[in-house]
Amino acid sequence: MDERLAAAWRQLPDFLGWHVLLSASALALGALVSLPLAVAASRHPRLRWPVLAGAGLIQTVPSLALLALFFPLLLALSNLAKALFGVGFSALGFLPSLLALALYSMLPMLRNTSAGLAGVAPALTEAARGVGMTDRQMLFEVELPTAAPVIMAGVRTAAVWTIGAATLSTPVGQTSLGNYIFSGLQTENWVAVLFGCAASAALALVVDQLLGLAEAGLARRDWRRIAAGAGGLALALAAAVAPLAVRALEPRPYVVGAKNFSEQYILAELMSRRLERGGARVARKEDLGSVIAYRALAGGEIDAYVDYSGTLWTTVLNRDDHPPRAVLLQHLGEILAERDGVRLLGPLGFENAYALAMRRDRARALGIASLDDLARKAPSLTLGADLEFLSRPEWRTLKAAYGLRFKTQRQFQPTFMYRALAGGDVDVITAFSSDGRIAADDLVVLADPRGAIPPYDAVILISPQRAGDRRLIDALGPLVGRVSVEAMRRANYSVDRDKGKVAPAQAAAALEAGLGGR
Amino acid sequence: MGEAMIELEGIGKDFGGGAVLDGVDLRVASGQFVALIGGSGAGKTTLLKTINGLIVPDRGAARVDGRPVAGAPGHELRRSIGYVFQDVGLFPHMTVAENIGVTPRLLGWTREEIAARVEELLALVALPADHASRPPSALSGGQRQRVGVARALAARPRLMLMDEPFGALDPVIRDALGADYRRLHDGLGLTTVMVTHDVTEALLLADRIVVLGAGRVVADGPPAAMLADRTPSVRALMDAPRRQAERLSALLAEAGHG
Repeated sequence: MDERLAAAWRQLPDFLGWHVLLSASALALGALVSLPLAVAASRHPRLRWPVLAGAGLIQTVPSLALLALFFPLLLALSNLAKALFGVGFSALGFLPSLLALALYSMLPMLRNTSAGLAGVAPALTEAARGVGMTDRQMLFEVELPTAAPVIMAGVRTAAVWTIGAATLSTPVGQTSLGNYIFSGLQTENWVAVLFGCAASAALALVVDQLLGLAEAGLARRDWRRIAAGAGGLALALAAAVAPLAVRALEPRPYVVGAKNFSEQYILAELMSRRLERGGARVARKEDLGSVIAYRALAGGEIDAYVDYSGTLWTTVLNRDDHPPRAVLLQHLGEILAERDGVRLLGPLGFENAYALAMRRDRARALGIASLDDLARKAPSLTLGADLEFLSRPEWRTLKAAYGLRFKTQRQFQPTFMYRALAGGDVDVITAFSSDGRIAADDLVVLADPRGAIPPYDAVILISPQRAGDRRLIDALGPLVGRVSVEAMRRANYSVDRDKGKVAPAQAAAALEAGLGGR
Repeated sequence: MGEAMIELEGIGKDFGGGAVLDGVDLRVASGQFVALIGGSGAGKTTLLKTINGLIVPDRGAARVDGRPVAGAPGHELRRSIGYVFQDVGLFPHMTVAENIGVTPRLLGWTREEIAARVEELLALVALPADHASRPPSALSGGQRQRVGVARALAARPRLMLMDEPFGALDPVIRDALGADYRRLHDGLGLTTVMVTHDVTEALLLADRIVVLGAGRVVADGPPAAMLADRTPSVRALMDAPRRQAERLSALLAEAGHG
């Protein structure tokens, strides 16, 4: 079997289990809220319009944005709870995903329950009153049973939507089948992307069929079908979640985090390998957003990950001064330890700085070697940026320092950004200095004579709870100062290249084998 | 007149700015079979529903069996009054037996009591016992209305309210059901108020005809008196059945002596 396919299969129990648990919980929560709400709306016509319009409005928010919006909201609530009761909760992972997906699932259930109840024949409600039922008895004994097939159709639609949208919970730190898709997209591992899509689609199909069976049973009052549908769902749920339950009984594993690009996957694998070799159980949490990763670490949801000194300095500490490299590193370690209890174990030995890069032939033709040269030509050039650079403080600093103004700015997933540069769609990109594609694509990194870009030493960060954990320190400590930028570029390129690409785990093995001395 | 089963005093009801009922007084003695007739919009159905509290009047007082209708929760009152209407409204997700047994169940009868009562009622409304487990959709229109009558009778009410009960049935079945119901009324000692737009049916089934017009009682009396009434609106209602009867007796005479 193809190595990438085999790797995908190995991850399936974990990803699928979380995906099913998340979707089922969100659907249950959504149903728990929408069914009573729809009943109330059918009783009070004034409520009907705002309820349906509200659910419709939520539906127009892109699902990824809805998930992302729950993070700051929950963070604020958590801080409030911390201030009031001394206990906070995690604003990442399961909770925001659950809430956003539950909200998202509500519209079809609200709409169908509303329509189903409104569609109950007036003769039936008159008969229900005539035989002496109370409003409540009429609801449960006549209206809901009569509307059940229509309501069930809404549940079915909601289930399919929720299972699809649950793949988007990966970037907020919740493991799901989306992990295949997001990491596959980053490393151009199309096998993983397809695997994730297929798994999610298959899950949606199975659930849809089982719910369809229950729906047909309800419509025909056929209890065997209803039992078969419900039983099938219960079995599938139990089977999918069982691996998670088994794992939950074991002691908490070390959780190694990664942001959403190749280098991060490789370094996470490198750290995981070393921990596992020491006999520790390790869970990986990948595809975390840049700021989300640090928060997850400070909140104790992940135990270790690699970040970059300049990023932490500007986006986590909100500093805009530029002390020399060594000074910045030392201050950073002190401030993080004091403020959040986070331990900066040390720099790995290479920098992954933001840099502006161009194709060598194009740079030579335009006579551009430095950012000063670029600033003069920029008004007629197009900049290709990754998804976050343009909103980061570094960009504001850079723009101010050199007076950069481009004709057009476009944003890409990093993978597609390099493609756009190679294809001539853009003239300049925001590259990373440790990226293997710089050498491979024959790019030049433009010099920064004014020192506007801060240093970006890759550093290992440890969560407050594990700050004194011997096993973790022993496993990761030896990596400090031993990863050269050349080694990192090679590893990155082995994952990013088109032909003969390898999985991040293999790249990590190769990287470890070639670790240099101190 | 004997003991009063229904007493309505000055009942008024407004819908959309106009009075649908405008000061209706009506007293129905126990054991009577009353037909409520009148043109469409006369307020027949509205008046009927004020008796079991499905409609709450804006003015006036209604009493059933000496107790004010407004005095108790509506659903409790309705469990003691049979109600049959044109659309029947059998619950499609329940079997015939479950439909018939619904009011006894709401009243907390035991399973055995309900089963025995259902069996008894099926015989009473002349339906085969094996229909008990069928869904309503498997029955004909006439059978469904028989189930409707059985459901209304299930908790042994003394008062039956019927709103065009046989209106949707074909004439032969309608006649048979009407006659069967009249026998039940007499045999069980019921008090019945039936709304109908079929004046002939009213004249042939009821002991007493109450004619409503524009929300008021226009005429009230036994069928024979109605046929003799000189009020123009009553005469207009009686015209068609009278002409039909005269034409029919002429035809019968022709057939008998021809």
